[in-house]
Amino acid sequence: MFVAFGLFPLLYTAFVSLYRVELQTPGDMEWRGLGNYTALFGDEYFWLSLRNTFTIGVLSTVPQLVMALGLAHLLNYKMRGRTFLRTAVLLPYATSVAAATLVFAQLFGRDFGLINYALGLVGIDPVDWQNGTVASQIAVSTVVIWRWTGYNALIYLAGMQSIPHELYEAAAMDGASRWRQFFHVTLPGLRPTILFTVIVSTIGATQLFGEPLLLEGSISGGISHQYQTLGLYMYEQGWGFFHLGRAAAIAWVMFLLIVVLVGVNALIARRRSRKEAGR
Amino acid sequence: MTAPAATVTRGPSRADGTPGPTVTRGPSRAGRTLHAGPLAYGILVVAVLFSAFPFYWTIVAASRSNADLAKVPPTLLPGPNLIRNFEAVLEEADIGKALLNSFIVSGSITLGTVLCCTLAGFAFAKLRFRGRGALLAITVGTMMIPPQLGVIPLFMLIAELGWVNQLQAVILPGLVSAFGVFFMRQYLVQTLPDELIEAARVDGASTARIFWSIVVPIARPGMAVLGLLTFMAAWNDFFWPVVALTSSEPTVQVALRQLGGGYVHDQSVIMAGTLLGTLPVLLVFGLLGRQIVGGIMQGAVKG
Repeated sequence: MFVAFGLFPLLYTAFVSLYRVELQTPGDMEWRGLGNYTALFGDEYFWLSLRNTFTIGVLSTVPQLVMALGLAHLLNYKMRGRTFLRTAVLLPYATSVAAATLVFAQLFGRDFGLINYALGLVGIDPVDWQNGTVASQIAVSTVVIWRWTGYNALIYLAGMQSIPHELYEAAAMDGASRWRQFFHVTLPGLRPTILFTVIVSTIGATQLFGEPLLLEGSISGGISHQYQTLGLYMYEQGWGFFHLGRAAAIAWVMFLLIVVLVGVNALIARRRSRKEAGR
Repeated sequence: MTAPAATVTRGPSRADGTPGPTVTRGPSRAGRTLHAGPLAYGILVVAVLFSAFPFYWTIVAASRSNADLAKVPPTLLPGPNLIRNFEAVLEEADIGKALLNSFIVSGSITLGTVLCCTLAGFAFAKLRFRGRGALLAITVGTMMIPPQLGVIPLFMLIAELGWVNQLQAVILPGLVSAFGVFFMRQYLVQTLPDELIEAARVDGASTARIFWSIVVPIARPGMAVLGLLTFMAAWNDFFWPVVALTSSEPTVQVALRQLGGGYVHDQSVIMAGTLLGTLPVLLVFGLLGRQIVGGIMQGAVKG
């Protein structure tokens, strides 16, 4: 059963990506060899969506994880109402992509959106969040950041609680300040957890689909495809233009991208810990 | 894991006004007594407001008219139009049917996942069979494969079966999850002593009997957490339902997509739909948030 759900789709998608298959007639398959891939690499929108996936990924993942780390550190303090606070920061996780994006799409509205109004109060001109390239990518990233920061904070918190108390005691006895304790005890102790969240968020960012689809409701990711991601591009090709074979090729590119990104992450992590050991 | 931590917190913070008792709190943990200062509270309150504001705004927008929303400065208080907007959504997007469909889909997926994953988790945790390690590795490995890769063969399969736009297309693939199997395995490795199973074996109980009368009662808390997480994930799932279903047989998320996709231009009606689609999960979250927090933190430690 697991082979059926895991390995089989992988290989079958690779198989389909070599054929011309149309959505309306999935039974008819016509051999194309690498034709789907060459067509893909010749399509400017493929490269655009690849680049968008990358920039939106960085824009959403980096601030999200940094903020989550800070939040986790604060939530680890002894304080009143801690359980409530922990639950409250997780609240966005309970919403769906669809609901969150629709709300943010409205908050980011150009003419009557609350965010432009608030910016206006501090003297910033209205931003066209849907049509500017950078602005629209920030808008998409905001939805991602909003939904996932609390979740990652809890994961970091769990990691922080498994760091042995003795390490902090020893550090405090050596006269290390809170900041130094954070950088020299907490962060190294969290390294595996951080790597885990980096990998999970990277995978998530590579597959981003609902947020760009719903920011405006178009499957092209904005008028000039300015925030179309690979996930959305695949949907457009497969279920908008009915090219299932082409969509399969995109899916495989996404998979390879993830493998490469995860590999790079793991490599960096391993090299850093080796350097640490050598010190 | 969270529960004991929470009780520890309450003690000293209540003693904040009277510094005396804090000193008598047993052996001091030098590096750990990090009490939150006003700055920490301040930042956390801002973070909570940031998390909660979109929800508040949904309620505000859903209870106003479209004209209200176009006012400058914007209105920040709820208005009187909530019921009217709900009625409009029920009419225009058939949210009623979508809600029902979502309940059917999420309910079936939750039941199936909890049952199958407990069974599989039990097998991986306690039964010896050939290739156990390899099978577990493959199972965990599938969590790494993006759903986009599975979508195309799956879609061709359900197209072949004539299931496109039918609820079973969404339910069946969701009945087992690699995460669930892994989660239940970890849970049972920790909570289920081998001796208990051996004792039952000696008494002549079959594996099925052992599962129902020993494993299930012990696994219940873990099953509950898995059920909660699965329900939320199934309710909120977007990609596959959008691919497999259409407007005539939508789940809530598919219906929301149509609302946002330009069928309805009334912003307050869109927000009313969003509110309706989010309420069930928020309700679950409000009642059982602590368990969900605990479940995520537990799952993360072992992830």
